[in-house]
Amino acid sequence: MNTAALADLCYRMADDELVLAHRHSEWTGLGPILEEDIAFSSIAQDKLGHAQALYAIMHELCGEPEPDTAAFMRNAEHMRCSHFVELPIGEYDFSLVRHFLFDVAEYVRWTALSQSSVEPLAKLARKIHGELKYHLYHAQTWMVQLGAKGNEESHARMQSALREAWPYALGMFEPGNHEQALIDEGICIGEAATQERWLAMVAELLAPSTLDVPSTADAQFGGRKGYHTDHLQPMLDEMTEVYRLDPSAEW
Amino acid sequence: MTNNDVIEALLSVRDPEIPTISVYDMGIITNVDVRSDDDVHVTMTPTFVGCPAIDVMRSDVEAAVRALGVTHVTVDVNFDEPWTTNRLTEAGRAALLKHGLAPPEQFDTLTLKLDVLNNVACPYCGSRDTDLKSPFGPTLCRSLHYCNACLQAFEGFKPV
Repeated sequence: MNTAALADLCYRMADDELVLAHRHSEWTGLGPILEEDIAFSSIAQDKLGHAQALYAIMHELCGEPEPDTAAFMRNAEHMRCSHFVELPIGEYDFSLVRHFLFDVAEYVRWTALSQSSVEPLAKLARKIHGELKYHLYHAQTWMVQLGAKGNEESHARMQSALREAWPYALGMFEPGNHEQALIDEGICIGEAATQERWLAMVAELLAPSTLDVPSTADAQFGGRKGYHTDHLQPMLDEMTEVYRLDPSAEW
Repeated sequence: MTNNDVIEALLSVRDPEIPTISVYDMGIITNVDVRSDDDVHVTMTPTFVGCPAIDVMRSDVEAAVRALGVTHVTVDVNFDEPWTTNRLTEAGRAALLKHGLAPPEQFDTLTLKLDVLNNVACPYCGSRDTDLKSPFGPTLCRSLHYCNACLQAFEGFKPV
């Protein structure tokens, strides 16, 4: 097995999950209504769990550091997350749109990974599948509610958030450095195929929302190579502040 | 030492988030392997990948088996046999109800549709005239509902 390729895939996925988990958790205590506060907090917790499980697989199969070290001891230039997850939470419309677009991608990715040649990854994928249905259900409910059943303002705000998010969402599919090896070894289906399935599913789920799928093809790339927005490092500083005070502490 | 002795001990280990149910009835114990009177391996799997209670439950399971006088206790946590709510025992379903949580319906894993979340039977009055309020609740495994018959909010244990 190509462990460098597997580690690259796991870092990209786990870093996305970790960073977005942290962003979602910023709604804890601030959600517009109590149920949404709880929803974003729960989704954050699930994503953190997925990140941890991926870091554990890298640790066991690729000799990468322990999950806590991998998560908390890297600076921005060593992170492989997409710019999409780094962006601040913004208004609730943006956070909902990001939640929707990201979770459709996550669903597509994990569904394909259930056939991965890397058995621990396939097992994890089959486990995560059941959880993601709840995320998608939540996300799509709000896209339809605010897109089609709200008012002119809610529709306009969701459409505008979609347009703003789109190039960043496309950036999720920036290939890593081992794309062909990952596909050849049956580890994953690759970014191009993932994006194609994502687009189809986004269009299908958005149809009842009356919101238009943006048509621009400009993608915000860089994250998978270690080039990030200015938002990432301050977020990492905050997220890792306590851990870095004493990395050897037993919790 | 038999498997049943170990299972009996695990029936006393409670879920820290829902203390009316044991880890065994929750269905998170996926294997018990008594290799000798002094060497027991237990395999367990978390309800949700990010379940924060799994470490506590793992050490509680280990302590419960040690209390039987076993020196070599190994507790593995893995996803080899993923947890689904279909793994809950009948006693487990009753224990959830006792805690005021609507137990999940049995489902076919391949065709889980989330409309099963609407019209969940109210744990207080049994009515199915209920609405899903949110698929997310106070812990990862719970959802929020409202009963139109007895006008009470309640939580459900969501099917996964």
